Amino acid sequence: MENLNDLLNGFYVALSFKNVGFMIIGVLLGIVVGVLPGLGGPNGVAILLPLTFGMEPVSAIILLSSLYWGALFGGAITSILFNIPGEAWSVATTFDGYPMAQQGRAAEALTAAFTASFIGAVAGVILITFVAPLIASFALKFGPAEYFAVFFLTFCSFIGLGKDNRSKILVSLCLGFLLAAVGLDSVSGELRMTFDNPQLLRGFDFLVVVIGLFGVSEILVTMEEGLAFKGKRAAIDLKVVLKTWAGLPKYWLTLVRSAVVGLWMGVTPGGAIAASFMGYGLAKRFSPKGNKFGTGEIEGVLAPETAAHAAGTAALLPMLALGIPGSATAAVLLGGLLIWGLQPGPLLFVEQKSFVWGLIASMYLGNIVGLIIVLATVPLFAAILRIPFSVVAPIILIICAIGAYTVRNSGFDIGQMVIFGIIGYIFKKLDYPIAPLVLAIVLGDRTEASFRQAILGYEGSLSVFWSNGLVGSLMVIALLLLFWPIVTEQITAFRRRLAGAPSGS
Amino acid sequence: MEEDVQAERGISRRTVELVVASIFLLLSVVAFYDNYTRGAGWASDGPQSGYFPARLAVIMFLGSVFTFWVALRAKTEMFVTYEQLIRISKVLIPLIIFTIGIEWLGIYLSSALFLALFMIWLGEFGVIRSCASAFAFVIVTFVIFEKWFQVPLPKGPVEALLGL
Repeated sequence: MENLNDLLNGFYVALSFKNVGFMIIGVLLGIVVGVLPGLGGPNGVAILLPLTFGMEPVSAIILLSSLYWGALFGGAITSILFNIPGEAWSVATTFDGYPMAQQGRAAEALTAAFTASFIGAVAGVILITFVAPLIASFALKFGPAEYFAVFFLTFCSFIGLGKDNRSKILVSLCLGFLLAAVGLDSVSGELRMTFDNPQLLRGFDFLVVVIGLFGVSEILVTMEEGLAFKGKRAAIDLKVVLKTWAGLPKYWLTLVRSAVVGLWMGVTPGGAIAASFMGYGLAKRFSPKGNKFGTGEIEGVLAPETAAHAAGTAALLPMLALGIPGSATAAVLLGGLLIWGLQPGPLLFVEQKSFVWGLIASMYLGNIVGLIIVLATVPLFAAILRIPFSVVAPIILIICAIGAYTVRNSGFDIGQMVIFGIIGYIFKKLDYPIAPLVLAIVLGDRTEASFRQAILGYEGSLSVFWSNGLVGSLMVIALLLLFWPIVTEQITAFRRRLAGAPSGS
Repeated sequence: MEEDVQAERGISRRTVELVVASIFLLLSVVAFYDNYTRGAGWASDGPQSGYFPARLAVIMFLGSVFTFWVALRAKTEMFVTYEQLIRISKVLIPLIIFTIGIEWLGIYLSSALFLALFMIWLGEFGVIRSCASAFAFVIVTFVIFEKWFQVPLPKGPVEALLGL
């Protein structure tokens, strides 16, 4: 009951004239960012973040999270109309979305995608509303050792549950930690890994890194493919919307299944990308029309979109409750909290009640606003993609450069952005994952601080991480996740042996 | 080296994998050296500043060794063809020049030149149309950043001349 009261207060904060305005601007910008290659959730937020330094934290986070919703919606437009996923998490949407558009059912596919996104997002927000406060109040008991264990758990699950080459995930994580450590060490006051270079004194700023890794590299990849946009036209009228909506209840099982998968993948750092593929795969396996998937089946649009949005939204849960982001975009938002002077973590729910609940309320409203806007303005945003790439590419790069500059008013950062753009391109081509790198840069200092504090009390002995039941079990789960591939292998081998034993004897 | 494997010529993926893994190896050694020499052990007041990074450098070293070893045994694949490389450099080289240009010309003039030349050269737009678009874009950027958000961006001689 108390939650609902807080939530109502949150609506009171979010529904102010100013904040609704920010919501609309955020969603519109987000759709643009989601539609254009090279701009996406993480670096759209990163570019805009420096401009919010002077704003009230609630308004700033409403603007930026609305941009995130918009980007999630925008990705579907390009997937369906152009067969080009604007975001990695909308790749699975192209499988059935584009065939539908080719058959002249673009409006139906778009309506289905947006509605599914909306359902997924609302599922995520409901989870946040009811579960985040519980986790936060539980986490208030955490000391530095427990915190380190939770960070450790996050990184381990990245490695253990990751689809990419595991040694590359590990290297990517370590690189992030080392980059985070460059510069002045706030505990000892010593300079670390600056090699007497004055430019490295201030360390690497994660915003600049994100803009390079996600923005510039994406332009390079797009350029390499020599892309030309050829798309279908679509305008959505109310009749199609209502007709599509009327058909949706039939697919409730697919929607629920995808939402659950998405929520799970979002809270653990599996992310929206994996969730969308998993949602699609599960729908394909269990649907009676599964064999028709890929030829323009509406379920094939519903499933990945619901999962991607549920994951994208649920990724904000650990960020709010524990201060640990579940996705790259959440990591950037978390960096924003620090910049606005808020300490992320469970104390937020106690000390910054109106901020937290204002944000949660804005998630409900932002998604409703987003759904209406995106349904009404599809033709407009589809038109953006008709602008030739030779115009779009330099404009995006200029915006990235301005974004990188405004972080610290430093021209050196623009150069850094270009370098990280090249690194990002190579990472993408060699399947080094980028998200762990970003996460490690954002969390590096806090992980290290909690590690140092924890072992300080135990005079350097690592036994502190087994000193009580809570931290011990967190560490065990972490290690279990780290070696998850080996664990599952052993289980299947054991089962096979059990099954094979009777026939053998 | 393995150029004749595919019809299209380019850089093999294996080469790039090995080079990247070697760079990471080198980085981890440098990071370890820096942290170790500064002190990665235990002082009277707790862990020294190199304690945490030095251990991560070791983990990164091991990860890179493994990546290197995997790459050594991998089959040959194309990383990027020369044709693709040329396409990328068509955007990368102007981008680098643009970045350097910001220092001398300010971000506005440099952006305008970047956009206009890119449109003329790669987009094959007319000169007048390209310049007009670039000019309009820069004016809009100026209004948004300097007037609305009041974020000063780097300026050069032209802005000084105009008294902005």
